[in-house]
Amino acid sequence: MSGHPTSAGGPAVLSRDPAVTGQFEADTQQVSEIVLTKGIKPGMIAAFAIAFSIVQLLLVSIAWLLIKGTGIWGLNVPVAWGFAIVNFVWWIGIGHAGTLISAILLLFRQEWRTSISRFSEAMTLFAVACAGLFPLFHVGRPWFAYWLFPYPNTMAVWPQFRSPLLWDVFAVSTYASVSLAFWYVGLIPDLATLRDRAKNRAGQMIFAITSLGWIGSSRHWRRYTDVYLLLAGLATPLVLSVHTIVSFDFAISQVPGWHATIFPPYFVAGAIFSGFAMVLTLVIPIRAIYKLENFFTDWHLDCMAKVMLASGLVVGYGYILEHFAAWYSEHPAEIFMLFNRMFGPYWWSYWALMLCNIAIPQLLWSRWVRGNVYMLFFISIVINIGMWLERFVIVITSLHRDFIPGSWGMYYPTFWDWSMYIGTMGLFCTLLFIFLRVLPMISIFEMRELAHHKAKHEENH
Amino acid sequence: MSTPHETSSPRTHGLLAEFVDSDALLRAAQALTDKGYRKVEAYSSIPIEGLAEALNYRWSWVPPVVFVGGVTGATLGFSMQYIISVILYPLNIGGRPPNSWPLFIPVTFECTILFAAFSGVLGMLAMNGLPRLHHPLFGVPQFAKASTDGYFIEVEAIDPLFDLDATRKLLEELHAKEVVHVPAS
Repeated sequence: MSGHPTSAGGPAVLSRDPAVTGQFEADTQQVSEIVLTKGIKPGMIAAFAIAFSIVQLLLVSIAWLLIKGTGIWGLNVPVAWGFAIVNFVWWIGIGHAGTLISAILLLFRQEWRTSISRFSEAMTLFAVACAGLFPLFHVGRPWFAYWLFPYPNTMAVWPQFRSPLLWDVFAVSTYASVSLAFWYVGLIPDLATLRDRAKNRAGQMIFAITSLGWIGSSRHWRRYTDVYLLLAGLATPLVLSVHTIVSFDFAISQVPGWHATIFPPYFVAGAIFSGFAMVLTLVIPIRAIYKLENFFTDWHLDCMAKVMLASGLVVGYGYILEHFAAWYSEHPAEIFMLFNRMFGPYWWSYWALMLCNIAIPQLLWSRWVRGNVYMLFFISIVINIGMWLERFVIVITSLHRDFIPGSWGMYYPTFWDWSMYIGTMGLFCTLLFIFLRVLPMISIFEMRELAHHKAKHEENH
Repeated sequence: MSTPHETSSPRTHGLLAEFVDSDALLRAAQALTDKGYRKVEAYSSIPIEGLAEALNYRWSWVPPVVFVGGVTGATLGFSMQYIISVILYPLNIGGRPPNSWPLFIPVTFECTILFAAFSGVLGMLAMNGLPRLHHPLFGVPQFAKASTDGYFIEVEAIDPLFDLDATRKLLEELHAKEVVHVPAS
């Protein structure tokens, strides 16, 4: 098990300080050269071109939506919450793993988070950006989206604070802002490193301005580490609250299959489950492309697979309890909802969900599977699909047949539903590719700190 | 920049010493503080435990600022909802009272986190004097290593004990690898 990056062993010297052994220089060089000196590979240009053309699909979908209205989607009564909410919850959930890795695992002093934290925080930001598009355009007239916020207006109308949909506005906007601040604060020392290593004038100027003149003085570091730890402490309850509030969108209502107290913890576990799956989906190819196996080691993948397995079991418990609650309620609508999910018109989504989220992830119990990148990549894709199906099952099958048979109906997504969903994937990948090229994808100063800490630890023994 | 002390040349910002490892840096920082130097600052590419304390910096204002930000956010968040739902625009939602405070907790909580986090970030930057466009140390070529693997101490010329020759000698006695003159700019 190689738990830490191994770089230049260095000659036998008295001090084991990584500055002396050359590890600081080696680690810093390996991460910063991706941004500063290495050229762009043709494969990456091709991948970027594909992602960017999918962004055009997104733009066309949005333009057509603005011209025609939400009628181009498959929405109708009774299913007025179609893909927009499914995709919103899916993307927000993916984002949560980034905060979990960067904040919660920092508080628990999990060393394996260090090399993946920057990357997963970036994933959080891009996922939240994609998530935000759906409610924004689902409101129908997005140019009035600011009506969601309380502000004195000529209509003398104010928002209604007893609605979870309004809580969502505050939760998601706070989450996006705090994640951005946390990410940027983490970047400042690394931007200063890039400033000092950049060879061309433009790079020096850009990194000098974005690093805000960071100089690395001991007093600055003291205030910096204070605020970084406090931000982690604040982000931890924040991420739990965000997905709790997202689940309230459903749980506060009385729709069969939604009105359940298990929803908040079950949604949070599902968010972690899908987020770690997305981190694995992205890390496995990226570490191969950029030769970063010494930072993203097999041990890191193993840790993520274990978190995925554990959170997947919590999700499984949520499913069991959903079934139990429906049976125990003795409410005809709740019991019917369950049979309708399993054997109704959308039966395939229910069974595919059970296969993707419950059955296949059990392979992760095997150490061989956790050590095999192809298997891990496959399972992570399966879980991404499964978690999307979960939201599809919750939203569509609950809404399409509720209390009154006379108001039942079917929901069929249209081309524009799919194009906007796939379009956000293009947006996500485009932002990610840009990020990988212009910013250090691994937190260099935290890697140095970890190496320094380990060297100190070895000296004392 | 600050006015140089009369005992030093007017073109001097200070003396910059590089140390081989973090232990040497810590020892030198403690020794300078013990000798009575106060305008001393250490620079490194990583946070080093005990370094700020060795330079007599013991109390960080960041946690109180975050606390005050959080309390402000909570107060503003709740009063905003109270004023809107009770005074400005009372609505009967499912028979709940105008001040249905349990339903105001989520937004109050989010406002608390938002204000606490941003007062922490902005407070940290303000107390660190950032953003800052230039620092005399950026004019020293050797200092570029400070953001990768260099350990540095600068004794500033405004320190009453500062003397170009005596301070240089002291830094060399503290096992500095190299001592360079930092011109004021």
